[in-house]
Amino acid sequence: MKQGTFTILDNARLARDTFRMVLEGDCSAVTGSGQFVQVSVPGLYLRRPFSVSDRDGDRIVLVYKQVGKGTAAMAAMAPGGTLDLVTGLGRGFDVAAAGERSLLVGGSVGTAPLLLLARELQAAGKAFDVALGFGDAGLAFYVQEFKALGAQVKVATQDGSLGREGLVTDAIRALDGTYDYFYCCGSKVMMRVVSEALPFAGECSMEERMGCGTGICYGCSIPTTAGMRRVCADGPVFRKEEIVWERI
Amino acid sequence: MGKDLSVRVCGVKLRNPVIPASGTFGFGLEAADWFDLNVLGGISLKGTTLEARPGNPTPRIAECAGGMLNAVGLQNPGVEALVAERVPALRACYGGAIIANISGFSIEEYAQACAVADRCADIDLIELNVSCPNVRHGGMAFGTDPKSAAAVTEAVKKATRKPVLVKLSPNVTDIVAIAQACADAGADGLVLINTLLGMRIDIKTRRPVLANTTGGYSGPGVFPVAVRMVWQVARACSIPVVGCGGVASAEDVIEMMMAGATAVQVGSENLRDPLACPRIVAELPEVMDRLGIDSLKDIIGIV
Repeated sequence: MKQGTFTILDNARLARDTFRMVLEGDCSAVTGSGQFVQVSVPGLYLRRPFSVSDRDGDRIVLVYKQVGKGTAAMAAMAPGGTLDLVTGLGRGFDVAAAGERSLLVGGSVGTAPLLLLARELQAAGKAFDVALGFGDAGLAFYVQEFKALGAQVKVATQDGSLGREGLVTDAIRALDGTYDYFYCCGSKVMMRVVSEALPFAGECSMEERMGCGTGICYGCSIPTTAGMRRVCADGPVFRKEEIVWERI
Repeated sequence: MGKDLSVRVCGVKLRNPVIPASGTFGFGLEAADWFDLNVLGGISLKGTTLEARPGNPTPRIAECAGGMLNAVGLQNPGVEALVAERVPALRACYGGAIIANISGFSIEEYAQACAVADRCADIDLIELNVSCPNVRHGGMAFGTDPKSAAAVTEAVKKATRKPVLVKLSPNVTDIVAIAQACADAGADGLVLINTLLGMRIDIKTRRPVLANTTGGYSGPGVFPVAVRMVWQVARACSIPVVGCGGVASAEDVIEMMMAGATAVQVGSENLRDPLACPRIVAELPEVMDRLGIDSLKDIIGIV
């Protein structure tokens, strides 16, 4: 955990209502993919949590969807401005758990943290393919970025405007490969469906309304096989069998 | 000249008056990786009950003007786990005052839980939580009526030799009457205020934001309410008062002490700034110097 001031280097629209912010500052607390940062948005009380989508040295990338006051204020911020961040939060994806070939499954803006994970898997010499689900073509992002890493990428959209018409499970079916592990980030419903549909082990990055993001307030606890656990500090990434899905 | 930040609460000496408030600092150990806990005057641990509790469904947190609502609902591992695991682990790296915050659903349960806490030598003070607004049939129900507040205080005093601070609810017509009832029943000190009962509605879904419907309001917005109640209670009661509610700076600590607080708890600010407490402690000497204060003890209840 580290608190510090970051400079906004870029803040551009990536897809409809979806923005990509590049921040520069002390990233020494950021240890891996699946971790998140807490952004202090001027004028709002609680910080807003965002997964780290990409990282290069002292630069991190946040991809966020404009849904409320906080993200609307962020979308209006210009390069050169600064933001107060708490970084290095949460337990991220377990790259060592990957087997012969992994499946990365992203839903909507939940696709964001999978890019840094993909880079880590590639650096570790682990093969992977990617299945993504979006509402429509206008909301899609990162398809080319994953392809550039050499992965097979399949997309499904609910209206069929990009890739297959259907859900992310249809994108998974379109992939040609045999997988032994999966990494998933998306809505709770999507992650439950994916966890139940895939017959092999995997992990999901959970989301819950947070207070502190650092593990001290117990505002974001979810039911797990080991009792109520904090998404922010015990997660956000949990193995699929740890989560009591019927109570999520 | 060196500033004297030390205070004494119910016979327990604190190196400074700053205490992270219960529910906003976990069981203390979480923050040990971020800063040396020994800069803190005391640590009030997360609310604990006789049996382990899962807490309320999510969402448990909502933002609002001047602060936030929470309805965590006393998620905790139970008092046996507190004394066997959490407190010893904290004591291994923290030498200051450890305050166990105890809640319950019947007078017997409060007394039993406090009896377990009493066996733990590393607990310095017991904070009796009769003011949690987020659980049914317990918590705040005991803190909104002078007779039941007195009854639970009396039962707990029989169950422990440790000093007992009663944490009061602001959701009452006359907090002074409740404070006096607790003092008359043997309370060694008082902590006030707990959160103000609040509610938010999502106007798009036409549903309450919190799964629990209502929650406790805390943050800078409640600070003037807390200062007023501390001032009223400190004037009326002779036992020490620990001030709590919306404290976010060294200036707030001093204001709360001038109102009558012997020590000051910092709550929600820990959520938005994980280093809030060490920052406030570090700022205190300079603010004291600016205001011509040599010893914090000199300003307690000066207004």
